[in-house]
Order: sequence, then structure tokens, then C-alpha cells
Amino acid sequence: MTTTTTAAGRPPEDSDADAATPPGPPAPGDPFDQDVLPTPKGASLALLRSLLRPYTARGRLTVVLLLLQQAAVQAGPLLVAYAIDHAVPALRAHDHGPLLAVGAGYLACALAAGALQYGFTRSCARVSQDVLRDLRGRIFRHAQALSLDFHERYTSGRLISRSTTDVESLRELLNDGLQELVGVVLSIVYVTAMLLYLDWGLGTAAVLSAGPLLLFIRSYRRRSKRVYARRSTAIAAVIVKFAETLNGIRPVQAFRRERPNDAAFGRLNRVHERVNGSATLEMARYVLLSRTAANIAVAAIVLWGASRVATGSLALGVLAAAVLYLRRLYDPIDRLGMFLNAYQSAAASLEKVAGLLAQRPAVPEPAAPVPLPDRAADRPGREVTFSGVHFAYRTGGEVLPRFDLTLAAGKTVAVVGSTGAGKSTLAKLLARFYDPTGGRVLLDGVDLRDLSTTDLRRGIVMVTQEAFLFSGTVAENIAIGRPEAPRAEIERAARAIGAHDFIAALPEGYDTDVRKRGGRISAGQRQLVAFARALLADPAVLILDEATSSLDIPGERAVQRAMHTVLRDRTAVVIAHRLSTVEIADRVLVMSHGRIIEDGTPSELIGSKGEFASLHEAWQDSLVQ
Amino acid sequence: MSDDAHRPESAVPTPRSPVRSLLRLWPYVRPVRARLAGAAGVAVLASGTGLLIPLVLKWLVDGPVAARDAGGIWLGGGLLLLLGLAEAGLFGLRRWLVARPLASVEAAMRAALYRHLQRLPVAFHDRWPTGQLLSRGTTDLQLLRMFLAFPLTFLFVNGVTILAGCAILLTQRWTLGLVLLAPIVPLVVLCSVFEAKYSVAARRSQDQVGDLTTLVEESVLGIRIIKGFGRHRAQAHAYTALTHELRATELHKARLLAAIWGVITILPETAIGAALILGTVQVADGDLSAGTLVAFLSTALALRWPVESIGFLLAISNESATAADRYFEVMDVPPADAADASALAAAAADGAPAPDGLALTGVEFRYPDAPAGAPPTLRGVDLHVRPGETMALVGATGSGKTTLTALVPRLYDVTGGRITLDGRDIMTLPRDELRSLVAVAFEEPTLFSATAAENVLMGGEEADGDGVRRALRIAQAHEFVAALPQAEHTQVGEQGLSLSGGQRQRLALARAVVGSPRFLVLDDPLSALDVHTEARVEAALREVLATTTALIVAHRPSTVLLADRVALLSGGRVTAVGTHQQLLRESAEYAHLMSGTGPADSAPAGAAGPADPARTAEETER
Repeated sequence: MTTTTTAAGRPPEDSDADAATPPGPPAPGDPFDQDVLPTPKGASLALLRSLLRPYTARGRLTVVLLLLQQAAVQAGPLLVAYAIDHAVPALRAHDHGPLLAVGAGYLACALAAGALQYGFTRSCARVSQDVLRDLRGRIFRHAQALSLDFHERYTSGRLISRSTTDVESLRELLNDGLQELVGVVLSIVYVTAMLLYLDWGLGTAAVLSAGPLLLFIRSYRRRSKRVYARRSTAIAAVIVKFAETLNGIRPVQAFRRERPNDAAFGRLNRVHERVNGSATLEMARYVLLSRTAANIAVAAIVLWGASRVATGSLALGVLAAAVLYLRRLYDPIDRLGMFLNAYQSAAASLEKVAGLLAQRPAVPEPAAPVPLPDRAADRPGREVTFSGVHFAYRTGGEVLPRFDLTLAAGKTVAVVGSTGAGKSTLAKLLARFYDPTGGRVLLDGVDLRDLSTTDLRRGIVMVTQEAFLFSGTVAENIAIGRPEAPRAEIERAARAIGAHDFIAALPEGYDTDVRKRGGRISAGQRQLVAFARALLADPAVLILDEATSSLDIPGERAVQRAMHTVLRDRTAVVIAHRLSTVEIADRVLVMSHGRIIEDGTPSELIGSKGEFASLHEAWQDSLVQ
Repeated sequence: MSDDAHRPESAVPTPRSPVRSLLRLWPYVRPVRARLAGAAGVAVLASGTGLLIPLVLKWLVDGPVAARDAGGIWLGGGLLLLLGLAEAGLFGLRRWLVARPLASVEAAMRAALYRHLQRLPVAFHDRWPTGQLLSRGTTDLQLLRMFLAFPLTFLFVNGVTILAGCAILLTQRWTLGLVLLAPIVPLVVLCSVFEAKYSVAARRSQDQVGDLTTLVEESVLGIRIIKGFGRHRAQAHAYTALTHELRATELHKARLLAAIWGVITILPETAIGAALILGTVQVADGDLSAGTLVAFLSTALALRWPVESIGFLLAISNESATAADRYFEVMDVPPADAADASALAAAAADGAPAPDGLALTGVEFRYPDAPAGAPPTLRGVDLHVRPGETMALVGATGSGKTTLTALVPRLYDVTGGRITLDGRDIMTLPRDELRSLVAVAFEEPTLFSATAAENVLMGGEEADGDGVRRALRIAQAHEFVAALPQAEHTQVGEQGLSLSGGQRQRLALARAVVGSPRFLVLDDPLSALDVHTEARVEAALREVLATTTALIVAHRPSTVLLADRVALLSGGRVTAVGTHQQLLRESAEYAHLMSGTGPADSAPAGAAGPADPARTAEETER
């Protein structure tokens, strides 16, 4: 092959050197930035063990099938020897018995090997697919249970990476790794036993030669662990960038971000490429070193054995047999490498997954939920109390200083104030997207932290201005809060909010898939769907956070009118920049820098010439022109 | 909810030969062909060396050792050592040769996919879920790299080994050789049946992984709603359902694989058994020497691994072919500017730009995936925004305002009529030039994972620090940006600080104005701002708008007042143009849209106009 010389220009030392260099400058600080969440020691192994535990029985069966299969395969050469040593002489003596026995035995072994191979493959797939399904489910369920502040920092791309590429590397370990490992161990045990049986000296020499091999294996494990951990991080970074670009494709194209993005993606992609190549080179290094050591051992042992034969202390036949076995002893070194490879890659991935699973939800579900008191039929909504609540972000910076506040059941409270005044934070505390840093938020006297998810979500629903639609039909999107709701109720909720007309005009009405043909829905329409969603859920407390910002005035008016009825029998908190909402509010809170600076009925506040009066005046001006 | 596969229709697999699919990888493999071929050559050499070692051992034992020849023993030992070192070196060399090149093939394919996806029309992205595209860019490409690293080389090496082995077997004893080769025909038939079935299952499994990815993505993007409605268990159920389906597909694949593996084990073994019986009889009859039979059978046994490996090599090759199909399915979609060449050539005839502002003439648009028979979203829009003029665009929810704004920077292409900028048809402008002339602020402000300043600078790379500060001031974003932990160098976006809707909107507005674009298209740019901030932004924006040709989608009188004139979009057409006061007097629909009072009769069907309030109220009574 003349072509190799041109391509092999770079010395191998070069590649080893860059394997030790970290990708890019180390980013300071945040473990989220570097995608290295703290993982308790041994957590990845514990994770693997806990994943395998439910399938111990089937796992054992799988190993037994593999052992039997290997036995059936190894029987072949023995039968060949038997045929030549016994069947031939017997045949010459006109005895067909041994030959028939060999034939039957061989056929039986062939059939058994095939059948066992079939059984093993299926059984192994069962175990590995069950484990993978469990792992995928665990990652997903855990991520879903984690709180918003986690998701705001972890990004969807990393989560995708955890549940695809990281799961994939465990699949490789389970599918191929097990077979490799059992095969290797079997072969080593068998051959070593034969060597020791043949000659103690040669056998011991062979066992001793395993010393340097073990050192190489250890060094490979150490080095590859680092490489694989970096690779897992690198691919996650690639995925994050990929997903971000696709999700923002409109601004990307409108602002001609394609070329800068190509460059930025290229950098991440190259980091992954380097570390990916380095991982393969680690393997190359291991194969080179271990093979060299093994072959030197073979040569040395053969030489020693041969000189012993020459001095007469070893039988020639024994040496011949030992030499053949020696070769086979070192044969599985590569396969051991493959197993280690799969193991390291899976270990790195499991470590990342374990790091994710070790994250505790900042907003945990209560171990012993307290039920909400029954709502009297004539009592509208539920009472909300903020008792000594204050809130600061984990990174510091107080958003809401300590305050007390009671929202009467069945009343509508409007919260106004400039951007960043803390209105949304107040709403998020009430919806229990966050827990307060201090103090308690109570719903009819029960701490939100003591409510089961079911009770909490039946009690409080929040509609935000980001009206995300899931893939599925419009009807399914409305029915998220109550998937079992009949179509008539879904339509009634849509009608109540003024969304029915546009939905009915879609190609397939309520059954239009929002991601498929003709399912294009404008921002204002999405907000109406989000509204209908909240109405259908029929919560005791409804929080509307800028829920009408994209509606046009007629749409907003329709919503206002609907709210008169919709909010009548529930407690409502309405956050709006547009003060039209205030017209229906029983009470107005004005917030500034995290504090409630004004509190009263709309008419009181308008009369008081405070902040609200000035906001109201500006709003009136903006309308009447 | 997402328990159903949401794949675009184009993703229906067409039956194609796996070989042809894999051959399409050639352009990416070409740059590393020397290394790859070299590695295959080295692999053959290494296997050859590996075969030589037993021969040397045999010679050593039969010759010098038996003869107690010390010199010969040292010679043999030395030879053994040399061959061993050569073998180890070749094994290492093979991996070293392909390590970096194959990583670079994978990276190049991924970069090409990313580059291509960025340039595909927005309509394509409307159809394809992110997860499906992501899984093509990750798991599929990893599979292809693995294919190039092992199965490809070993299909070749093992193929050569099997052919050589067969030749040796036939020359040693052709009758026995034929017995051994007999299973080849059924094996080939069974393998091709397996291949056909397996590739269908492989495709299904890869698509299911794409669906899983999509669901993970959605469950993070929609986490607030899932949490808000306590739906995380239901979401987990949907996910579990998908993982069950994937598991079923994988188990089906495993069944197929197990069956073919079983067959690949049984058939050759049976043939070897038959040859053994036949050979033993011939030895007994004296037709064959025992040594020849042993040699023959050891060759046959040595071929066992190459033959058995064919099963999983075929399986991986098959999955790789499917991965290649999935990859090229996306790569084959023509990018947005592919059709531009001829239009650009015609541009020369169009003449130099004359200040004429933004003109839409008979613009018609229907979404490419709109069901047949549905009326176009826009049907004959005529509108002229004079140079330096600001035009507000008003219309009921769902009337097509956002669609119209997307046509100007050619995120979608008009399906009829034309749009001109200063007299030049936008179809004849290179996209890059067009998009540098037109700046857009979208209804939903998207920030990227970068610093606040970088996000603004995306609108005009040539702007300096002063330009950024000016833009931030116009958007009234300078105060809150200055209050961020690292001011304008604070990371924002998905991987950074999360900002409120109003803050994001103001950064997006700053991005639109930073490059002092000739044309400005703003889609409801102030919807998330409070009244005071809105008033301040409007005051600052007026300065910019004085010298810019602008089209502003507006829902509210305050925004409309930024404009010199207003156009009313209704039923897919511009039905009225005039000043705010004029339209308030002359158009009932406009008055309704601006005040929310008065008759809604003129609102087109499909708008979210209010239903009869009395009826609505009655129906929500519980």
C-alpha cells in the first residue's frame, strides 16, 4: 500500500500529546456551564447495578446460555481429534459406531450452538432493552420532576444528549460488551488451566506475563476515562448549539447568522472531532502496547521452553501443545480492549446521567401530602396567603424582600408595575414554580409545599405569555390540564375565550395537528389556546401572567368580557402591562423593586395620585388618540 | 400527547439498495481514502502475519527443537519475536491510521448537515421536528463513523480471507471443498431475506429514536406548561409509551439477528461435520492422509470466525445504510438559494436601485403545506411604503400580518405578485444583500446563548460599542442591561440568564435597529412592555423611523401612532390605507380593531373575533 506513506505524515507522539490537552480554555465556575454536575463517588456503578437488579434472573440465564454456547462451539476440535484417533481405526476394523457417534455429536453440537446463539441473542436483547427502557424512563421522569430553575440552566440539548447518545453507549456495552467479556474470561480460564496442567513452569510463566498486561489495562482505563468524559461533554455542546440554531431558525436567517454560526458550530464540532479521534487513539495505543507485550511473552516462553526441551527437562509434545495454547491465551486481548472501550464509554455516559439523577428537585413533592380542605359549594375560589415570604435567587440577589399578603377567595387581584418589579416572581411563587427562600405560601391555610401535585394543579393554574404548543391536535393542546375532558367541554372552553371561531376555521378544526399541514397558529391565537387550556382545567386559583400581550384589542376585549364570568367563582391574580384588565379587578397591587408600594381598589388608587394613577393616566392616553 | 410519530411525509422510506445508500458517503470519505485503504491493507497484512506465526511455531517445534539445535532455536525465537512485534505494530498502525481521519469524516458530515439546515427554507423547519434532525446529526453519524472504522474494513478483510480459504480448501481436496461450500447458496438467500427485513426494522427504530428526541425537546421547551398543569406524569407516560415501542422494535431486530446468527452458526458447522464424516471414511479407505484431513479441517475451522462475523457485519452495514438514507434525505432537500441563480442573472436587467421604498404588488401567498383547496393566506396585497415612511399594518388576529412580514426578508417566498425594495424585485437580490437591507424584530423575541451585546450585534456586525449603546438606548434596554451581573457582557439566552419577555423584546428591538438598516420590519415590537417603557421606546424609536422605511405590525393605537400611514389587512388583501384618523372615520373594521367596540361584522372569518358575548357567557356558566 503506497498510499499509507503519504497519509501517515504526522508522528504518533503528536496525537498522544493532544490527547492530554483539555479542549479549549477551562471555563471558570459554574458546573452547568461545563456540563459537569457533581456526581457522588461510585454513583455511576451504583446506577448500573440498580438498573440491572430487576433483571438478575434473566441476566444469569443469558450468561448460562452463553457459557453453553461457547462449550458447544469448543467441542468441535475435540470431536475432530476423536474422529482421527478413534473413528479411523474403528472404521478400518469395520466398526461404524464411533464414526456415527462423531457425526451425531457434531450435528448435535452444531444445532445446539446455533440454537443457543439464537437464545442468547434474544435473551441478551431482552435484558439490555429492558435496562435501556428503564434508564430512558428514569432520565425523563427525573428531568420532569426537577424544578424550573434547573431547566433554565441545563438546556434541552444536554437533556437530549443524556437520553440519546449517553443511553446509546450503555446499549453498546450491554449488547456487545457482555458477550466479549464472558468469551474472554472463559477463554483465559480454560487456556490457563490447560497450560498449568501441561507444565507448572510454563503455566506460571504465562500467568506472570499477565502482570505487564494488567498494568497496560489499568493505564488504558485511567486515560480513556478522561477522554470519554470529555467526549460526552463535547457531543452535548454540539447538540446544544445544533438545537438552539434549529429552534431559532427565523432570526438566524433574517439576521444572516449562518456564517458566524457555521464558525461557532465548527469550533464545537472540532473539539468533539479531536476528542473523538483521541479516544480511538487511546485504543490504538492500548492495542499496540498489549499486543507487543503479549507477543514478547510468547517468544520468551517459547524460547525458554525450547531450551528446556534441548536440555531434556521438557517433553517435546508438551512444548508443542503449550505453544499452541499460548497463542490462544493472548488472542482475546483485542476483545478485552473492545470491552474496556465499551465499558469506559458507558461509564463516562453513566457518570453524566448519574450527575443528572443526583440533582434533587428544588421544589420537591411532599412525602406526606396534606389534603386541601373541601370547598364549600357556595364559596368561590380559595384564599391565598403569603406569610413572611421573601425570595432570592440561588446565585444571590434578593428579588422579593420579606412581605405578607392575603388574597381573598373569589376576588380578582391585578398586579402592576414596571418590568423587573417582581410581579412574575410573585406569580411563580404562587404557582410553586419556585419555593420561597423564607416564609410560607398557603392555599386555604395549607402550605403549598405540603400539597400533592394533583391537588396543587387542581388548585392553581398559571397562564404565561409564552404559549407553547405541543405536537398534537388543537384539542389535545387545550385538554392538557384534563386529558379526559369530552369534546363538548373543550369546545365550550374555547368558545368562552373567543378561540372557537379561528379553531373551527382550521383545516381539520379541533383535530388539526399544530405541527402539520395548515396548522399554522399565530402568537395571538396561541395565547387564546393557552387561555382555553387554563379554563378547561378549572382551577380554584388562576394566575394570568401577561396572558393577553399578543392579542389585538377586540380579542383582548372578548377575553375581558369572558373573564367576568370565568373569574367569578375563582381567585384570580392578573399580571398585565395593559391596564384594561384592571377594570375587572377587585383589588390592585402596584409593585416596584420587589415591594408592594400601593394596594387598594382601582378607584381608590386612581384617586390617590400615586404610581398607579400615573400608569392609568398614561394608559388612557395611549388608548384615546 | 406526543405518542404519535410526527414525521414529515417526505420521510417515508423508499426501498433502496443498501450498497447504493452507502456509496453516497464517498464524497465525504474521499479526502481520507488513502488512509482508509491503507488501513485495510494493513489489516490484511496483520492478518497475514498472524497466520505466519503458527507456521513458524510449527517449524520451530518440528525442526530445531526436535533436533536440539540451539542456534536454530534462537533463530526461531528471534523470528517469532520479530513477527510478533510486526503484528502488534500493524494492529496499532491500522487504528492509528483511521482514528483522526474517521473522526474528521464524522465531523465534516455533521458540519455539512448543520450548514445545510441553516440554509433550508423556513417552511422546511416548519415540517421537521428538531429532534428528528438532531438524531440525524448525532446517533446516525456516529453509526456511520463506526461503520467506516470496522464493518467496512472487515467486510473486506473477511471477504478476502473467506475467498482465500475457499480456494485453499478446493485445491486441497475439491470433493470435500464442495461439501463445505454447499451451504453458501442457502446462506446467501437467507442473508438477503434477512437484510430486507432488517433494514425496515432498522429504519423504524432510528425514526423512533428521532421521535423520542423530539419529545424530550418539547418537554423541556414546554416545561412551564407541563409544571403549571401538573402534567409531568402524563408526559412521562407518553414517553414511556414511545420507549415501549422502541423496545418492541429493537426486540424485533434482535429476533431477526438471532435467527440469522443461528443459521450462520448451524449451516457451516453442519457442513464441517459432513466433511469430517466423509473425510474420516476416505482416511479409513486410505484415499486421504490423516494429515491432509487435519490441515483441511483446521483451515475450515479458521474460517469460522470470518463467516460468523458476516452476520453482524451485515446488520451494522444495514443500519448504516439506513442512517445514510436518513442523512441524505435531509441533505437532498434543495437549500433556499438553489433556485436563485437564474433570478440573480436577470437582476442585471433590473437596473440600479432608485429610492422607491417598499412596494408589494399583487402579492399572493399560500403556505407550501396548506391543504389543497384552502384559500391562500394572502391574495393580492398591494401596498406601497414610500421611502422614509413608516407604515403600520393592522388586521385581526390571524389575518396574515406576521406572514406578510416574513415575506419581506424572504423567510418564505411569495407565490404570486412581487415585492420590490427601491424598485428592485427581492427575488433578484442575493439573500445576503436583501437581509442586510432589511432588519426584522419578531413577535417572539429569540435570544441566542451569547452575551447581551453579542445578541444586539447580530443585527449589524459593523456596529461598534457606541452603536450597541445607542441601540440599547433606543430600545430602552440600557438600564436593565447595565444592571445585569456583567452588564452588556452577561450571557443570556438558553445557556445564560433568563430574561423576562419585555426584556427579551427590547433586546430584539435593539438588534433590529443597531445596523441602521434601510428597511425595518417590526412585528408587534412593544407588546410585552408596560405603558411607561412603551412610551419611552416610542419616543426614541421615532428618531430612527424618521429616516427609515418601516413596516410595523400594530395591535394598539399607541403603536399605530408611530406610523405616518396605516394599512388595514383583511381577508388576505389590503382593504384600506390612510392615516389613523382617516381610517377611524372611514373603516368600521379598523375602528373595531382599534377600540374593541362597534360592529365586528366586517371581521373576516377565521379571525378570533368575539363570538356573541351573551352566548359565550351563558355557555361558561357551570
